[in-house]
Amino acid sequence: MYVTTAVIGAGHAGLAASHFLTAASVDHVVLERGEVANSWRHERWDSLRLLTPNWLSRLPGAAYEGPDPDGYADMGEVVDLLERSAKDVPVRTGVNVTSVRRSSEGYTLTTSEGPIRARTVVIASGACNRPVVPSFDVPPGVEQVTPFDYRNPSRLPDGGVLVVGASATGVQLAAEIQRSGRPVVLSAGEHVRLPRVYRDRDVLWWMHHAGVWAQRYDELDDLTRARRLPSPQLVAGSTLDLNALTAMGVELVGRLSAIRDGAALFSGGLRNVAALADLKLTRLLDAFDEWAGTVPGERHEPTRVPKSARWRLDLRSGEIGSIVWATGFRPDYSWLDVPVVDEKGALVHDGGVVGAGLYALGLPVLRRRGSTFICGIEDDARDVIGHLVRGLR
Amino acid sequence: MSNGVNVQALLDAREVLKGAPEAAQFTWRASSKWQHGVHSTTKIEKFFGLGQEQSHKNESVFEADHPAIFAAEDNGITPIEYLLVGLAGCLTAGVASVAQNRGIKLNSVESVVEGDHDIRGILGADSDVRNGFNDIKVTFTIDADASKAEIEALVAQSQKRSAVFDALTNPTNVTVEVA
Repeated sequence: MYVTTAVIGAGHAGLAASHFLTAASVDHVVLERGEVANSWRHERWDSLRLLTPNWLSRLPGAAYEGPDPDGYADMGEVVDLLERSAKDVPVRTGVNVTSVRRSSEGYTLTTSEGPIRARTVVIASGACNRPVVPSFDVPPGVEQVTPFDYRNPSRLPDGGVLVVGASATGVQLAAEIQRSGRPVVLSAGEHVRLPRVYRDRDVLWWMHHAGVWAQRYDELDDLTRARRLPSPQLVAGSTLDLNALTAMGVELVGRLSAIRDGAALFSGGLRNVAALADLKLTRLLDAFDEWAGTVPGERHEPTRVPKSARWRLDLRSGEIGSIVWATGFRPDYSWLDVPVVDEKGALVHDGGVVGAGLYALGLPVLRRRGSTFICGIEDDARDVIGHLVRGLR
Repeated sequence: MSNGVNVQALLDAREVLKGAPEAAQFTWRASSKWQHGVHSTTKIEKFFGLGQEQSHKNESVFEADHPAIFAAEDNGITPIEYLLVGLAGCLTAGVASVAQNRGIKLNSVESVVEGDHDIRGILGADSDVRNGFNDIKVTFTIDADASKAEIEALVAQSQKRSAVFDALTNPTNVTVEVA
């Protein structure tokens, strides 16, 4: 089989790529290992909802049309959105790409359904294919769970839970596990604090309208850092910062440094990571006010850090029954036999342009800060596919 | 505007060392000699870095002892106080560097570093008490051409990039051998 463009992955990024390829009359195929929106169907926990309100959660060819534009889509609704966007997209489901390599005419893909030759390839296989789990010597008897295994608190063993990581994933799981009656210790390193609502509008309304998401990748001071930034402490419908968790009874500790002789050792620098997040939040809100041309709105209480946070937690005492590793995700490029992945496993690209005829979509801060979110894909796909189409001429 | 920190050299080094991790491997070295009682003298001159032996301009000599209330001769500060020296030096250097990088003129930077220490640990008087500091508190007083929030951000960023802050707040493997 030969196509001008092979798109790998039928998530929001692959579907968006297809829309612009179709608009430019480029023959193409979207290859999907499972079904459309596979990760959203199979690799998420039960309670997860999008961080973006419905009115922002739009894809090329599919916008929210339901009764609650200010609500937040659950996974069923996300799958529905992607399926609507997939209408008229040439998706081949159940096709697993096991290798992509250079060829004289472009690229050769090895797939579970046979080889495919393509002049150009768009990598839209996702940013969160594998959970990142640090290698620590966890004592036997303590169950370890990643966000890929986790579905809801009832599947965790009884007893305390150490949640490692204070990104969106970490704070969401910490909250629902604490509510289930299992006492949670939350280990927080550097994090991004956001209120759900600022001056009666969703904080992401501000990000969108005040131009934060429009900031281009090639105009950022530290692009590497921006791309590695943890997801913000957000959940559908309410503020879920560290103060909210503390009020629920969650115990805060510093970043997990080591597990030594069966004891988890936490950094004594919790106060500073909280201070960094507080300062950054204030600067962000100042920028919103400046954009709006108004006097400053409400400011938030500084993060309440325990006077002497524990820096040692004995994992053999029985206090902790399980550890939830909310320590991030990474993409999987083990199938990519083209030398475009750096020593840390990240794809090397310039705003989604990887190399001759090779492109990427759906990665954090790919072309803009907004690239990280579903609603950022339309502008990115327009730019990246535009580059691809110009290269075909 | 200058605080006297060559930030450009630091930024250049960061770029160079990104592609040369082996050159970034440093070993700092101190040589110590027992004098008498609990008094020791430690000298520092040479270190390894950028792939070769390096040397300070001059050798520095540090006396460590215990105060008279510990029934010692007090020929120098106690060893644990050297940790305070290291932390103050490191955070202050960080404040100056970050301020330089952000174009903030510093007029004065002063700090007080306090380490709370329950000495029942080192005396073996209570096995539940640790040997080291229980808490360390650093209080900066900074006069700079900047807002309060900007000054707080300098201090926060300084901690984030501080070698000694990291060494004190996180565990480190320590191997002690007899040669």
